[in-house]
Amino acid sequence: MLSLYLFYFLSTVALISALMVLLSKKPIHSVLYLTLTFFTLAGHYILLNAQFLAVVHIIVYAGAIMVLFLFTVMLLNLNLEGEFQKSTLMKFVATLTGGMLFLVLIGTLKSFDVGTLSEHPELTQIGLVKNLGKTLYSDYLLPFELSSILFLSAMVGAVMLGKKDKN
Amino acid sequence: METTITQIQTIPLQYYILFCSALFSIGVIGVLAKRNALVIFMSVELMLNSANLLLTAFSAYRNDPAGQIFVFFIMVVAAAEVAIGLALLVVVYRSTHTIDINALNRLKW
Repeated sequence: MLSLYLFYFLSTVALISALMVLLSKKPIHSVLYLTLTFFTLAGHYILLNAQFLAVVHIIVYAGAIMVLFLFTVMLLNLNLEGEFQKSTLMKFVATLTGGMLFLVLIGTLKSFDVGTLSEHPELTQIGLVKNLGKTLYSDYLLPFELSSILFLSAMVGAVMLGKKDKN
Repeated sequence: METTITQIQTIPLQYYILFCSALFSIGVIGVLAKRNALVIFMSVELMLNSANLLLTAFSAYRNDPAGQIFVFFIMVVAAAEVAIGLALLVVVYRSTHTIDINALNRLKW
């Protein structure tokens, strides 16, 4: 029962802070609200017993991505309030489109048959490092190694883009 | 271990679907309604995260580790994407002195 209340609490905080990302005027407030959303999502991962993913989520998102966002906001001095806004009509249409997408998703998935949920108590620890690591290094070894090449190329690309032009 | 599985099972999977759909829709609204490129990036992150959470939920409910591996790879790609995207943003800001996406319509014609 406790987990259900935790789920409600985390979901409410996540949705409110996600809305505040869009509603806040200054970009830096958006970044901070986004950090709050990420932390509540880490709580969701812990609730699902996906401990490895929870830790990786905090390290990657709160540790790396948030720092990148904050650096960009502060480095470019972008923290100006409401400098450019879309027209009210565009905002209304965007909200309407998003709301309709939400309704379509709910309508499609409402009657969705999730199939049999297996209940093998000895297998529910799939979210732990030991079990995920075994799968990652046996079945998914090639994608794992390829992702390191992706990271290397992303790093080189970011450095090349960030370099000042000589001419 | 028994307690863990009963605790997980008390939350219906439909709740996760509902929550993740709402989060995804908020991300879509952000991409459509904002002109600040930085906030659009953040909305994309929101969408990626809602998909991640749903994959994890399905993986935990069906005892299939593949879903959580996919989430791991999605996080890898998201980190690379943010690094490149923000580098592009810095370049755009250097040349146009704004990150208003309406200033980037020069490639349109």
